[in-house]
Amino acid sequence: MNYKMMGRIIARILAVEAAFMIPALLICTAHRDFGGARAFVLTILLIMAISGGLSLVCRGGGKSFYARDGLVCVGVCWIVMSLLGCLPFYFSGQIPSYIDALFEIVSGFTTTGASILPKVEILTHGILYWRSFSHWLGGMGVLVFLLAIAPVSGRNDGFTMHLLRAESPGPDVGKLVPRMKKTAAILYLIYIVLTLMDIGFLLLGRMPLFDSVCIAFGTAGTGGFAIKNDSIAGYSPYLQNVCTVFMMLFGVNFSCYYLLLIRRFRSVFRDEELRLYVGIAAGSTALIAWNIHGMYPTMSETIRHAAFQVSSIMTTTGYATTDFDKWPSLSKSILLCLMFVGACAGSTGGGLKCARVVLLLKGLRRNIRQVLHPQKVQVIRVNDRPVDEKVLANTNAYLSAYVIIVIVSLLAISLDGFSITTNFSAVMACFNNIGPGLDAVGPVCSYAGYSGFSKFVLIMDMLAGRLEIFPILVLFSRSTWMHS
Amino acid sequence: MKILIAGDGKVGATLTRQLSAEGYDLTVIDSNSQVLESSVERYDVMTVQGNCASMETLRQAGVEKAELLIAATSADEVNLLCCMTAHGMNPNLHTIARIRNPEYTEQAYRMRDTFALSLTVNPEKQAATEIERLLKYPGFLKRDTFAKGRVEIVELRIEETSPLRDVPLSKLNSIARCQVLVCTVLRDGTAITPDGNFILRTGDRIFVTASAENLALLLKNLGIITRKVHKVILAGGSRVGYYLAQDLEKSGISVRLIENNEERCVQLAQMLPQTCVVHGDASSQTTLDSEGLAECDALVTLTGLDELNMVVSLYGASRGVPQIITKLGRAENTKILDSLPLGSVICPKELCCNTIVRYVRAMRNQMGAAVTIHTIADGQAEAIEFRVDEGTLHCGEPLRQLKLRKNVLIVCITRGARTEIPNGESRFEKGDTLVVVSSSDVVLSQLNDIFTA
Repeated sequence: MNYKMMGRIIARILAVEAAFMIPALLICTAHRDFGGARAFVLTILLIMAISGGLSLVCRGGGKSFYARDGLVCVGVCWIVMSLLGCLPFYFSGQIPSYIDALFEIVSGFTTTGASILPKVEILTHGILYWRSFSHWLGGMGVLVFLLAIAPVSGRNDGFTMHLLRAESPGPDVGKLVPRMKKTAAILYLIYIVLTLMDIGFLLLGRMPLFDSVCIAFGTAGTGGFAIKNDSIAGYSPYLQNVCTVFMMLFGVNFSCYYLLLIRRFRSVFRDEELRLYVGIAAGSTALIAWNIHGMYPTMSETIRHAAFQVSSIMTTTGYATTDFDKWPSLSKSILLCLMFVGACAGSTGGGLKCARVVLLLKGLRRNIRQVLHPQKVQVIRVNDRPVDEKVLANTNAYLSAYVIIVIVSLLAISLDGFSITTNFSAVMACFNNIGPGLDAVGPVCSYAGYSGFSKFVLIMDMLAGRLEIFPILVLFSRSTWMHS
Repeated sequence: MKILIAGDGKVGATLTRQLSAEGYDLTVIDSNSQVLESSVERYDVMTVQGNCASMETLRQAGVEKAELLIAATSADEVNLLCCMTAHGMNPNLHTIARIRNPEYTEQAYRMRDTFALSLTVNPEKQAATEIERLLKYPGFLKRDTFAKGRVEIVELRIEETSPLRDVPLSKLNSIARCQVLVCTVLRDGTAITPDGNFILRTGDRIFVTASAENLALLLKNLGIITRKVHKVILAGGSRVGYYLAQDLEKSGISVRLIENNEERCVQLAQMLPQTCVVHGDASSQTTLDSEGLAECDALVTLTGLDELNMVVSLYGASRGVPQIITKLGRAENTKILDSLPLGSVICPKELCCNTIVRYVRAMRNQMGAAVTIHTIADGQAEAIEFRVDEGTLHCGEPLRQLKLRKNVLIVCITRGARTEIPNGESRFEKGDTLVVVSSSDVVLSQLNDIFTA
């Protein structure tokens, strides 16, 4: 394995991370929060030192970089980034335990939004900003950002494909345009424009600027860290609706936006994944609205809450406008199912992804037909294009790995003695990068009650969920580290 | 500039490597998803799976926005259809097709407007021409011509008996007794840009710039015995063999062509009246010996199997054939082949790619864009010809004052009919032609790129 190249990539990622801490540092100083400022300065210096050291140690080295290196590199990058990114919380003393700080930042970078803080309002502005910004950075992926700004290296830069594949969600990751740098730049540009639009709409609804920026970061990354104890519930219905719309928008495959930009509207509207995504969201909203009918005074409020919660859970954001833990079982079950489905591939959302659901359903249908008609040769088509068998096999493997990880994590955190619903929804909420679960980890509660070990398990779940399992799984595989 | 490459085979992959490194936006089309997968993992390109001659696939690859299409699939007919279809969809598109079948050569040329072809390339034909050039100047492993034939970069191997062995390069001109410059040395598979203190060793392959008229002198003074080629044995009757035999026949050289497929032998005998076509196994030493290997002046191995070509060439070397030329389909292997006495190695795919890259660079048509480009030293270095124009920096300054980028060397200045192999005092003026040699990780798209920023 090419450790030197990996070291150089990690060094650059850390430099990017340090650079992104500077706005938070400025906010701290502006609010005269010198404890927070000191924490950021310390962290930035430490990160720069590590980054500089790494780039010194890792000079030279070969150029070969294969799929395995890409996977390991992405996994290690995210872990290192989280280990250092949580230091401002820890140094400032606002989250006194290191594992809690780590949980919080991993929850941020993986756009989960699960928090160990029962009351977020005790945090200072700079820390709150950094917490929300971690969603934005983690949503599109920090390596993709690096690819967008890194100089074109000339020969043999096909390796960037391994990084994009490992960091971007979806069963079949491809480029939008031939050049990786341009692809990454287009993705980030769409991301930035949508985020700015979100901020604009929130400001129009008279939300304070700081709140708008933080909420927009949480929406863009489909993260879910709010800056109020009651999440979004305290804001006006208009603002809640803006959030609903933008959560849905950020859960759409970003290549759809690119297709819109190059005026290929037909391919967007015929996209099977997008249709499924919108269909599931509309169907679940209707069902839940019918189910919770009567709990809220007016019809429009009922629909607003149903739509908000559905888009929040389905896009794996995790904001809440109401305590859905008090909803009837059917509604809660629907939300639990939506956790599993997740957003579209190539979006900032998590979960299994609608694209995989499409593939799995079609694969299942094919298998059933195969039983009835064994000689029939069947090809699965999505968007009128035949799907490679390898993609199907990978999707099935993904589902198996997904189920196994859920089961193992569930067993591991059950030691803490919470109820089955709590534990199961906690694992689902962390692994699918949603945030709030049900029962003791519901929208008005926090993960503070779990033991250090359980938090560690959930941290790994969040990372595995964000990076689509394999970059984290390979780190534990013996064959990754042998013969290299 | 957006370029489509149809066909991800040997030529396609080499082009992908080269053009992607030069910063073009490439989309590669092939029907085999596996080769596409490996391309996407190695280079910064996009791929489209499908039949490159179908409108649907071409549309998917974005033919409407492309500026150039290179059709390099294995089938000529597909290449032609692909170019025609693509041109129909985008009339401003330049198209390059690989046409290998000799039967189509003429019509592809005559009907190039109908087929909408900007350029056709024929790797085998090019290889044959190259081999013929080498046979005319025995003693060099490879020759590349610049400045309309006035300058040559030739490749020589330092043998045990060479007067250049263990001699520093600064003494080269006094030994060769003419103006020459060593631009690259290939030692143990690595290209080195040498300075005056560099000492040559046995087994080094050196790339020397000289003016065309000095070539004979160079050979004589370096003690390389040259003998005019009269009798050539070609092992293998592939397309290259056919083209080569045809060319050699015209020059009045006696050709003996060994081919083991009887049908092909008959066919070749019909097409090549002067050539002695022998039906036999070129890998068998008895056949080679009985066809007069010991007396021939040159052996060219042209079968479709690289391994076989190597073995036959080695046998030829052991029998003391003065000049050996080996055709290899895969040039990547040559690093490990340096130590073997295979003579000149010719790789049709590389030659054809050079032509295409040259066309692409000319298309970009920038100020100071390259006129010609040749890959030397197993693809580790490039010799590029530039014209000095008004946009060129540092005109009229002596070379020793210029700060050139690392591993970049100006190896020749041609002014009018005069060719100068430069030293520190030389200078270039507007209208001159420069030949620059650089290691291939330095991408030079225009002349000003040779100076340090």
